Amino acid sequence: MKRLQHLYTPLIDNNPVTLQILGICSALAVTTSMTTALVMSLALIVVLVASSMIISAIRHHIPTSIRLILQITIIASLVIVADQVIQAFAFDISQRLSIFVGLIVTNCLVLGRAEAFAMRNPVGLSALDALGNGLGYGLVLLLIGFVRELFGAGTLFGQTVFPTIHDGGWFTPLNLMLLAPSAFFLLGLLIWAIRSVRPAQIEPADYEISIEPNRRAP
Amino acid sequence: MIDLFVRSIFADNLILSFFLGVCTFLAVSKRLDTAVGLGIAVIVVQTITVPLNYLILSRLLAPNAWDWLGLGGVDLTFLSLIAFIGVIAAVVQILEMVLDRFVPALYRALGIFLPLITVNCAILGGSLFMAQRDYDFAESVVFGLGGGIGWALAIMGLAAIRERLNYADIPAGLRGLGMAFIVTGLMSMGFTAFSGVQL
Repeated sequence: MKRLQHLYTPLIDNNPVTLQILGICSALAVTTSMTTALVMSLALIVVLVASSMIISAIRHHIPTSIRLILQITIIASLVIVADQVIQAFAFDISQRLSIFVGLIVTNCLVLGRAEAFAMRNPVGLSALDALGNGLGYGLVLLLIGFVRELFGAGTLFGQTVFPTIHDGGWFTPLNLMLLAPSAFFLLGLLIWAIRSVRPAQIEPADYEISIEPNRRAP
Repeated sequence: MIDLFVRSIFADNLILSFFLGVCTFLAVSKRLDTAVGLGIAVIVVQTITVPLNYLILSRLLAPNAWDWLGLGGVDLTFLSLIAFIGVIAAVVQILEMVLDRFVPALYRALGIFLPLITVNCAILGGSLFMAQRDYDFAESVVFGLGGGIGWALAIMGLAAIRERLNYADIPAGLRGLGMAFIVTGLMSMGFTAFSGVQL
């Protein structure tokens, strides 16, 4: 049972995106629709699990001084394979994902799990940890993608849910949802929501605020 | 050319409209002086790596780049990702050694930020955009410099705002990361206003 802990704690309690601040770049960029969010999550999960298992399997043979370069090379090779597979079987989606599949290489999440977990733990445990973190990442992506696609275009996975006024329906699409700022707002609000449910995640204040009569405003 | 420069700083800002380098952006923007240091390091590395990667892409990896050796029809573009990341890691390492040897004062100021840059999506993203949009050599120099300046501008702006936010009374759940996202969203809206600018 204890091993399974590695699988489900990254889903909410220790979510890689909302708590560890890892892998945010791609999480925000690909969430304008559910389809791209889903493909990106799958690509990341595959790369993350494979790289964690490979790095964990050879962890006793990696010299400490060159471990970063070695890890990046392994990850980059896996990402190239994932990129080529997506281009071969889902060309439209690969055009919409543009450079963001390639950016999995520098996704802090992949390198972070390799460095923090796979270098010290056996293969099976590393795979579970990678899967859990990948699913936590995918969960956030799909959640934000759901809100942005539903309210930005009135569709889900390209299927019409709210008929928009352009097609004679009643729904006026919120164009802001498809622009960059909304992704930042939604993720900020999501973090707020999670921290209201789990107060343990709240960050301590840097300064205590108190009113002193003779102090000038900073 | 000027149009490309201004666009890559404001309207096509790497952080605020393409979300590149947000991890580092949020982690290092708590204090203004560290933000300035990282910003300068990004400008320098970006201006060097984008043109360098352009040369590697067009001379070694592009389709038919090896024709002069009699190896017609060789297309190595699928290797560009691994070549780019290798170049970036190497440039950062060399820059670190050169600075340490010749400009120790600058090395002490920027030294701790340089290793962070290898895993900064903005640097790799700049090179990948250069490849995807088919920039030529001059354009890739301008794009590298403009993109770096845009990134530095955004991180300095956020760091200055966050220093002030320390004195604000924020709801407990939003404190820190949550508020940083909301502020970044507002900055991003501000920068969206530049998107129609034509020079």
